[in-house]
Amino acid sequence: MSTTFIEGSIAVAKTVAVSRPHVISAYPITPQTHIVEHLSELVANGELKSEFVNVESEHSAASVVLGSSATGARTYTATTSQGFLLMIEVLFNIAGMRLPVVMTCVNRAVSAPINIWNDQQDSMTARDSGWIQLYAEDNQEASDMHLQAFKIAENKDIMLPVMVCMDGFVLTHSFDPVELISQEQVDKFLPPFKPEYYLTPKNPLTFGTLVGPDGYMETRYFIEKTMHASLQVISDVAADFHNQFGRFQGGLIDTYKVEDASLVLVAMGSIIGTIKDIVDELRAKGQKVGVLKVRSYRPFPKDEIYKALNHVKEIAVLEKAVSLGYGGILVNEIKSVFYGKPKTPKINGFILGLGGRDITVDTIHQTIKETVKASSEEKFIGLNEALIGGK
Amino acid sequence: MTTTTLAAPKEQSCQTLLASGHTACTGCGEALAAKLVLGAAGPNIIVTDATGCLEVFTTRFPQSSWEVPFIHSLFENSAAVASGVEVALKALGRQNEAKVIAQGGDGGTADIGLQALSGMLERGHDILYVCYDNEAYMNTGVQRSGLTPFDCMTTTSPCGELSWGNKHNKKDMPSIAAAHGIPYVATASVAFPKDIENKVKKALSITGPKYMQIHSPCPLGWRSNPQLTIKVAKLAVQTGLYPVFEMENGKVTKVRKITTPKTPVEEYLKIQGRFAHLFKSPKGKEEIQKIQEIADRNIEKYGLA
Repeated sequence: MSTTFIEGSIAVAKTVAVSRPHVISAYPITPQTHIVEHLSELVANGELKSEFVNVESEHSAASVVLGSSATGARTYTATTSQGFLLMIEVLFNIAGMRLPVVMTCVNRAVSAPINIWNDQQDSMTARDSGWIQLYAEDNQEASDMHLQAFKIAENKDIMLPVMVCMDGFVLTHSFDPVELISQEQVDKFLPPFKPEYYLTPKNPLTFGTLVGPDGYMETRYFIEKTMHASLQVISDVAADFHNQFGRFQGGLIDTYKVEDASLVLVAMGSIIGTIKDIVDELRAKGQKVGVLKVRSYRPFPKDEIYKALNHVKEIAVLEKAVSLGYGGILVNEIKSVFYGKPKTPKINGFILGLGGRDITVDTIHQTIKETVKASSEEKFIGLNEALIGGK
Repeated sequence: MTTTTLAAPKEQSCQTLLASGHTACTGCGEALAAKLVLGAAGPNIIVTDATGCLEVFTTRFPQSSWEVPFIHSLFENSAAVASGVEVALKALGRQNEAKVIAQGGDGGTADIGLQALSGMLERGHDILYVCYDNEAYMNTGVQRSGLTPFDCMTTTSPCGELSWGNKHNKKDMPSIAAAHGIPYVATASVAFPKDIENKVKKALSITGPKYMQIHSPCPLGWRSNPQLTIKVAKLAVQTGLYPVFEMENGKVTKVRKITTPKTPVEEYLKIQGRFAHLFKSPKGKEEIQKIQEIADRNIEKYGLA
């Protein structure tokens, strides 16, 4: 292992490359990242023996990896924002056919208005698609998570696609020191992909059949059941990774100074790093504050979250997505964790950072202040008062 | 079906890889065409299919008519899924294991799937794409597609005071496919099974992307007698309305000549309910004349006479 000062996208590309994908397919919808550009470069230089398919749309990028995965190949694609939305029809299809595709969703805002900057509205729209969704805090984790993703997806008891979500620009375009993993080490961690069922004349199988009311519901039941089973697999793979590489960024969740905290901030993705700094600052002043990172959003680790937070008095959920007409998404899932439990903490939700709006130290301080003073409520934070006509 | 208890009757002319017992309508041209394509291709293939009648009547869980590896994904991505299959075979060193055939109906090919098909043709994948052309969205209830012929009545191009049915001419898919610079394009008709077999075999002997479009009557949508499927298909060819030809590297190299004297288009139109409105008023004659002109242009363009 060697530490390199490297752009997030390139670190991910290098990790995907040593995962030995047979087929990579991508399309540069507004805009692509350096991930697939670097992968195509590696293929062009003969450093990576993969079929790189330049397609005419994100829909076809997902369809190509679908076809390849069904043929028995390890496959990868990456997208973001509008491209992700165009892919969604195929994403449901990939999960429904139980194909262990791995993809990166570089989290960015969705149109209209067109905006290429970071938030997490894109991947949140596909939370019900049957894909396992993992959210990375920093570039080291984003990079490592891809290796774990292949291992989770291809587990014969799981066979579900895995999406690694990483914040656009904040991670993908930032340079950080990242420990890259060598081919030799990866080969010890990630066995070759050997699916039980795939397209071959040696054993002609029918994929993608018509299933009527007599059988459709069971397909969803099995995916739901497998999602629950994957909770253990995600934890185990993170533990395996820890054993082999000495790094642990959390399994289903990760916590920081939560054990004795009375107020905990809950979030996903790169914002976690900023929150940790604030937690340190407030702890130095004697405030009992902590942070919980939701690493696996689907499957949603209810039990782990409850276990970690059941002693807490106040929770602030910070999220870069919104269910228009309802409000915060993650906040309501955190609330549901406490439903029917003996004690329910005060839970406040904050929607922030949409379309790349800066999340500053002050923004996060504000959420803490609001949580302490207000009763349970949800609100947008960091709005430009001049644009909304004052308070 | 593929279950052990129901053995498919074996035919003399070609291997049956699309087992009987499926739920296609009586007289379905598409079922016949698909059976002929598979029979000619043989068992060492992997096939993809767009959403449509073919997938619906052959794959109702827990049964399947496909005796070859088969994947159906979505309406518009058969060509892209096939591209994925083809590159995976290469990447896994299994390229000699199977030929890849992508299938779709006329809507899944010429409308919603055209972009994915264009990508597949442009990228040069070694795939035979077969479009079963029954000239409308039959699976969804006979709505017009880009391959619905002029003045044809469908549920979304009805005839009425202001309408003679479909206002547009059939999209020239073979030329669109050929414009991608691909080595082989062919049209065919279920009326001529041996021709289909020959063309499939020829196409599969050529490396690179191939496009084949097979005229496949749909008695339900065309409101024709199921017993007359072959006759209807034959008349489409004989009138010049469905030219049967081969294009190699962009040039027409072979055509199926029509018998002379040419058969007037009325003979084809009058046995189908989808054109019945043209025979109900004197003004309909003018419309039939327009259709005759389409046939005459085809006869001239492809040298069918």
